[in-house]
Amino acid sequence: MFTLLSFTPFQPTPGLAFWSLVIFLIFLYLMKKYAVGPITEALSNRETEIANALDQAKRAREEMSNLKSENEKLLAQAREERSKMLQEAKDIKGQIIAEAKEKAKEEANKIVSNAMTDIENQKKIAITEVKNELGALAISIAEKVIKKELKGNAEQEAFVNTLVKDIHLN
Amino acid sequence: MKYKVSYIILFILSFNFVVFSQEQKLESDSIEKVQATSHESTYGHADGTHDAAAHDGHDAHAKYDPAATAIHHISDANVYTILDFVTIPLPMILYAPDKGWDFFSSSKFHSGHHEDGHSAYNGYVLHHGSVHRVTDAGFPTQGEAEISGFTHKTETIEGKDKDIFYAIHNGKEYRLDARSTLDGGVLGGGITSFYDFSLTKNVVSMILVSLFLIYVFSSAAKAYANNKDKAPKGMQNVVETIFTFIRDEVAIPFIGKDKYKKFLPLLMSIFFFILGLNLFGQIPFLGGINATGNLAVTMTLALIVFFVVNFNGKKDYWQHIFWMPNVPVFVKPLLAAVEIMGLFIKPLTLMLRLAGNISAGHIAILSFVGLIFIFGDSGASTGGGVIGTALAIPLTLFMMCIEIIVAFVQSFVFTILTASYIGAAIEEHHHADHHPAEHH
Repeated sequence: MFTLLSFTPFQPTPGLAFWSLVIFLIFLYLMKKYAVGPITEALSNRETEIANALDQAKRAREEMSNLKSENEKLLAQAREERSKMLQEAKDIKGQIIAEAKEKAKEEANKIVSNAMTDIENQKKIAITEVKNELGALAISIAEKVIKKELKGNAEQEAFVNTLVKDIHLN
Repeated sequence: MKYKVSYIILFILSFNFVVFSQEQKLESDSIEKVQATSHESTYGHADGTHDAAAHDGHDAHAKYDPAATAIHHISDANVYTILDFVTIPLPMILYAPDKGWDFFSSSKFHSGHHEDGHSAYNGYVLHHGSVHRVTDAGFPTQGEAEISGFTHKTETIEGKDKDIFYAIHNGKEYRLDARSTLDGGVLGGGITSFYDFSLTKNVVSMILVSLFLIYVFSSAAKAYANNKDKAPKGMQNVVETIFTFIRDEVAIPFIGKDKYKKFLPLLMSIFFFILGLNLFGQIPFLGGINATGNLAVTMTLALIVFFVVNFNGKKDYWQHIFWMPNVPVFVKPLLAAVEIMGLFIKPLTLMLRLAGNISAGHIAILSFVGLIFIFGDSGASTGGGVIGTALAIPLTLFMMCIEIIVAFVQSFVFTILTASYIGAAIEEHHHADHHPAEHH
């Protein structure tokens, strides 16, 4: 048993302890300077970069959705505007039609009244002409009649002359 | 995949047979030595005293001893052995207050199979993989000296039985001073006369693993700079997966989003240092190192955690330790005692848990490999060896899979506990409901 115990693993030796301390401290220093430090930095840099990239992607997605909703809003607005314009056009059309109708009516009335006065005038002219014709006819008839009756009657001839005189005065 | 598994099985098979044949050869060596020393041992036991129970260093292997083999393999060593063929000597750095510094290669010990040096150098010898100093008069303190063997006696010092080792030089026994340990001899080592700062197998493996991790991480960090704003690829991906796991599942939940960055390098270093060493130790043939299963290493890590936690402790943390709010006054000192103990028990459990788990895994694998020699009757029965091998392969494979999980789990547990201790220390409560209770 004593023989076994006298072997090194169970009896810490100062040499090995000293060297392991020295080696470990140098190892620690080198690891800190050349490995753990740079690797930690690189890893955290990469992690922040990835996080940033993810953030950016998220923001872009949000922006996209914002744009989309904005587009929809614009589209709805456009649609609304269009219907408004259509309505307006419709209104204007009605107005124009109404106005036109009125104007047409007015014009028609005017034409009708003009025609009326024209007709009246023509009527008057016609009547006058008819009167004149009738007068002439009557005269001619009367002439014939008178010509027939007045062949031997001086008195009658005198009477007719007075009558003719009367007509001229008329 | 299918082919890979069969390659691994083949590898383990060949490894087992290599070790098998090595052990057989060794055993024939040691049998002779046992015969040479046996009369001394029997004399000691028959006499009823312990002081003459001397053994040769090698005779423990006359009969295959699975426990000793396992412990030997999980121990630190002064040579880096790959597959029992390649033995790389490592530098020895020793200091004795009365002698000064000594620097030399561990090859000077001419160590044998189980790391018992065949030579002493400058008054130091290698025994059971550890350096001992010989201060007895007459032992050469400079240059090489031949060691013909080691003996060990159980002596009673101050009412305690202690194993004292002796090196045999020129036919005379010289007492070995205890190993250089940090426990001050509490665990049976005894106070010694020198300090061992050698670059051992564990130290070398820690340096290798650290360099590898630094290379992987710095190249991953560079990939971030070169490959900016792009998906990670290759090694960067592997690193990032574990990195973000530790950051998001350990550091942030326990320490908080505002302060975790300050402690992240420590947590990452602890996690990858432990994980790297755990996994490196699991690779067969590459020395089978057991750094994270060594109390000296885990103690250092636990101490670092202890200091980081307590130097960062906020007012609330100390208040909860010394004068717990919201409890009756007579409970407060009781809780304070418990909390103060907890202050030290926390790093102690960190230290023991990691070392225990990793060492246990190594011991389990070595025990399964050891089945080959137990069934093979230490090389006497080839048929038994074959049965043992057939048994050992699936069990070892299974254990190795478990060990890979354990390697990850233990490094994760160490890290998450460190994070939770730090989190508890720096937490600042905003509990208005506590203050009226304090005025009771």
